[in-house]
Amino acid sequence: MTRHDEDFYNRPFGFGVWAGMLPFFRPYQGLSARLAAMLVFGSVVDALIPIYQKFIIDSFIVPRAAEGLARSIALGAAMIISAMIVTVIFARTAIKLEMGFSRDLKKACFVHLQTLSLSYYNTTPVGYMISRVMSDTDRIGTMLSWGLVDILWGAGYILFSVAAMLMLDFRLGAWLILMVVPMSLITSWFQTRILRHNRAVRRTNSRITGAFNEGILGARTSKTLVIEDINISEFGDLTREMYRGSTRAAALGAVYTPLMLMFGAFAVSIILVQGSVKVMGGAMAFGTLSAMVTYAISIFEPIQRMAMIFGEITATQANIERVLSLLAEKPEIVDAPEVTAIYGDSFDPKRENWESLRGDIRFDDVTFRYPDGDENVLEGFNLSVPAGSCVAIVGETGAGKSTLVNLVCRFYEPSSGRVLIDGKDARERSQLWLHSNIGYVLQSPHLFSGSVKENIRYGRLDATEDEILEAARLVSADTVIAKLPDGVESDVGEGGDRLSTGEKQLISFARAVLADPRIFVLDEATSSIDTETERKIQHAISKVLEGRTSFLIAHRLSTIKMADMILVVKDGKIIEQGTHAELLRGNGHYKELYSMQFESELIDGKD
Amino acid sequence: MRAGRRFRAASARLNRRMSVMREIKDQFSLLWRVSRGGRALYLMGFVFMLLSVCCSFLLPQAIRFAVDNVVGGLPASGVPLIPRLLAVFGFRGGEDALRRNLYLVGMLVAGIAAVGGVFNFGHHICLALSSEGMIKRLRDALYSHIQRLPYKWHIEIQTGDIIQRCTSDVEVVRGFISTQLTEIVRAVGLIVFAYSFLFPINRPMAAASFAFLPVIFIYSSAFLRSAAERFLAADEAEGRLLTIAQENFTGVRVVRAFGRERYEADRFDLQNRHYASLWMRLGEILSTYWGVGDLLTGLQMVALCSVGVWQASAGGVTVGEFMVFISYNSMIIWPVRGLGRVLSEASKTSVSLERIKEIMDAPEETDADEPDSDDEAELPVTGDIEFSHVTFSYGSQPVLRDISFTIRGGTTFGILGATGAGKTTLAYLICRLYDIAPGNGEIKIGGADIKRFNRRRLRRHIGIVLQEPFLYSRTIRENVASLKSGVPIQMIREAAAISQVDGAINAFAAGYETIVGERGVTLSGGQKQRVAIARAILQEPEIMIFDDSLSAVDTETDARIRAAIRKRMSQTKKATTIIIAHRVTSVSRADVIMVMDEGRILEMGTPEELLSRGGVYRRIYDMQQSIADEGSTDNDPA
Repeated sequence: MTRHDEDFYNRPFGFGVWAGMLPFFRPYQGLSARLAAMLVFGSVVDALIPIYQKFIIDSFIVPRAAEGLARSIALGAAMIISAMIVTVIFARTAIKLEMGFSRDLKKACFVHLQTLSLSYYNTTPVGYMISRVMSDTDRIGTMLSWGLVDILWGAGYILFSVAAMLMLDFRLGAWLILMVVPMSLITSWFQTRILRHNRAVRRTNSRITGAFNEGILGARTSKTLVIEDINISEFGDLTREMYRGSTRAAALGAVYTPLMLMFGAFAVSIILVQGSVKVMGGAMAFGTLSAMVTYAISIFEPIQRMAMIFGEITATQANIERVLSLLAEKPEIVDAPEVTAIYGDSFDPKRENWESLRGDIRFDDVTFRYPDGDENVLEGFNLSVPAGSCVAIVGETGAGKSTLVNLVCRFYEPSSGRVLIDGKDARERSQLWLHSNIGYVLQSPHLFSGSVKENIRYGRLDATEDEILEAARLVSADTVIAKLPDGVESDVGEGGDRLSTGEKQLISFARAVLADPRIFVLDEATSSIDTETERKIQHAISKVLEGRTSFLIAHRLSTIKMADMILVVKDGKIIEQGTHAELLRGNGHYKELYSMQFESELIDGKD
Repeated sequence: MRAGRRFRAASARLNRRMSVMREIKDQFSLLWRVSRGGRALYLMGFVFMLLSVCCSFLLPQAIRFAVDNVVGGLPASGVPLIPRLLAVFGFRGGEDALRRNLYLVGMLVAGIAAVGGVFNFGHHICLALSSEGMIKRLRDALYSHIQRLPYKWHIEIQTGDIIQRCTSDVEVVRGFISTQLTEIVRAVGLIVFAYSFLFPINRPMAAASFAFLPVIFIYSSAFLRSAAERFLAADEAEGRLLTIAQENFTGVRVVRAFGRERYEADRFDLQNRHYASLWMRLGEILSTYWGVGDLLTGLQMVALCSVGVWQASAGGVTVGEFMVFISYNSMIIWPVRGLGRVLSEASKTSVSLERIKEIMDAPEETDADEPDSDDEAELPVTGDIEFSHVTFSYGSQPVLRDISFTIRGGTTFGILGATGAGKTTLAYLICRLYDIAPGNGEIKIGGADIKRFNRRRLRRHIGIVLQEPFLYSRTIRENVASLKSGVPIQMIREAAAISQVDGAINAFAAGYETIVGERGVTLSGGQKQRVAIARAILQEPEIMIFDDSLSAVDTETDARIRAAIRKRMSQTKKATTIIIAHRVTSVSRADVIMVMDEGRILEMGTPEELLSRGGVYRRIYDMQQSIADEGSTDNDPA
């Protein structure tokens, strides 16, 4: 999605964006306060170390005395131990805050996505949703917690060091503080550029990944077109771009780091010269000189970190904006409040108020266009499907056969007109009520990671093992299951990829059967099952469909012939309608389709 | 006896070590190869790094000199580095003169830092240039190797796994050569430098500081080793969470159709909590690790101070020396604390190199005996294509069983058969995507065995359109032009018009410049097929193969495309055309039709011959007619 690829690094800091995170921040106020307290305390302890060294030098090293050493060792140890305790607590708190916050954001995004309409899913790539839910939330959590750590610790350390320096020697301290200004400016100048280069490098990197992917998936085509050399030389251009980008980013860093080191050395030399004069004049103790030098060396690191962190904070705004825009996305199909009051919503259904569904479906003057389409695919469409009848929808791939099914399932709502279920407008009952009565088997069946059993149980969560096995048996999935290493307990792999498409179709069929729905939708459900198995389950299908309203998006003749009514779809529109015999007599598109299908099945069937 | 056993054990151990060494050498030979051209620069990076380490060590020395010898008035002791350096720049006044010109010391400090800065810059720039160059060469080598690997390899591998090797594993190697190796060398250099300065100054203090290093190092390595499992567990938990989200989004229809929103949200929440809690637990461990690390570092500092005080009271250490100890100590401590992590990351390099090497070790498609160019004598590609006694299998089950037939040059040859009959395999064999095993028959074109042809030369003369064609994620124009530049748009339009896709392309806002695929417009199956046909037409090959390539196009368009191709060929040159099909209509105008089943030829002949013979072809043809009749005669409603 290129439209989401803008460069976010030059944006000003926006409080409005961060305010959007406030509701999520509320549960973590206490944790953040604890973190802040620990950080301030810890930074003070860290900033005290040069003072401790000064104390050692002035009271022991210079006078060459060892009396009272035990006490000072104890003091040092006490500082060290308290620093350790602070580290342990703050790191724990920071990770807890980071993980807790991103966990809550993840949950909110995921739950919200469950309420969004199918049209959203149809127009949004899965990768986009995944990166919202997974990486953006991670980044926000990390930034919120570790950004806070860097800022508070850095600010505490800098403030305390500055105060200490000014107290130790006002003029020298002022000198040092003056140097902070150009350093911060230089740092932020470099940092924005380095961040931008790194972003460009990441983009090139994902193009390289894409090129590898295409290089492998397109191997057959590249070989037969004999364009390996073109591919290789273009890949070379890509890696050259990568080389240029990453060396440029590295060059910036290579200039920046020594520049900072030199600034530090410059500061040290000023302090050394001025301090030495003072020490010789007796105006300054050796220990003070040592402490000032140590401060001069160590104050620059937190300053660099702070400058960097501000660059990253503004960059994180992009992540926040994306998450907030996802959460602001409105579902297109919403149950009316009065419907929800009776039926409950998807997360909290009131099943006790649900009536049973008979299965009469009527399209009443339905006009429909897809939200992203520019043409009505249905116009004033009327169709009555009595309970228990079977409707087959035929047409070529991509002709728009799923439209009616989408409307019946209320995945989409008509632009005008009504879809009546048992005589009542579908919108008068809740989506979950309707969906709980529908069994859906897709052409490209979707299984979830887990065992075969878990996948079938998805149809009815409280089904017993016997019921699951019975459902599998009914659709002849039992023979497939028997062949798997662990039977119904076998893992189907991610997205079911350990099974063939045909096997997946059988299992998803069993899943739908287990749900025992009043309405059945088979979307080219048996297209990848071999002829022999299909013949076996054909009988089962007709038995399962008996008494239920069913919609078959059909692929095979045998399935079409079962239907009480056939709808022929072309270019998104229903162009013919009738029984098999009627349509053949019509000499129209159906006949052409029929002869094509018949022909290839004959070749495939070999009989 | 016992000695003998011990000897054997020792030699076994030695052998194992030798073989491990050999393996490592093997893996790093790949790095050695891609480092060609960048080695001197890489080495220079290391030299600069060590030089900048030297400079960073001079700085505390200058401070010590200022404090002890200039301010404190002590005679310079040990190695008089700083006075010598000053002498190099022409200053020979001694400490008293320096006391009056203190700014010289300040300038020296700044000068050392400046020189150090230049070295530091040299270090980073040399390493960046050389290591990025190596990685570029490594990526290029991988990609071009993969391009030249045989098709069989592409079919057998898991794409995701190979891509991971080409990206993540390369990234591991990059981390190793660009940072980890220098980090390790730098840490070692720092330790060696620091203690070779410190021990001569004051042994007890140096020993007190040094004693902590192994403790800190071992502690951090041991911790990382023990935490590795937890990190892995957290990564896996994240992977599972990702899977749940992904499966939910891709399976949204199933989720909604079964009304499982609540169930899915609960499932996600459970895993989400689990993942977060694993990290929080890791956080507890990590924080303890950091805390103890801080404690050790702090204790080292306190120990150093205490020993320093003891030594100072005995007159063994000056203020300046004490300050040198403190600053050297703080310079070493972070690299040593980080060394454990760097080493554990560097140890992954060898695994990654091995995974990359596995790809590089797969043998490329080679044609030793024929040159890869078109300047040589023309291949006899316009001649007959002859299969004689060809048997072929991908695994154990033969796909073609002793097949012999001849396709006359310049004619159209139809192949009809069910899925799995072996039709596509015939096409692959002609393109030499696979080769027939020796002794299993041969394929001749124009009388010459195709195994004698250079593969790439042969393929240049063949245009093949696949059932599920692959389009590159480029513009339609580039796809039709096979990514070749400089093809006039007029020719591209003509080819697209023949394959009846011109109209569909013009309907896009960007026309022929429309980008297809993942980053652009998704074409329908039929559109893809027609773009692929246009691509093949533009190639003007001597042999054209259509492998069920109109399956997603309706019959009418199918017929129009075939007619347009016939017309085009009658105007230009007549290619030998092979049409592999599922439908009788697609092959009905072929000169010869062959019907296949399970790797064998059922029947073969002109369409007329086959019709009169009354075999399978006739049966299919009759069925088709009867359907046509069913429609026209059965017009009496029951």
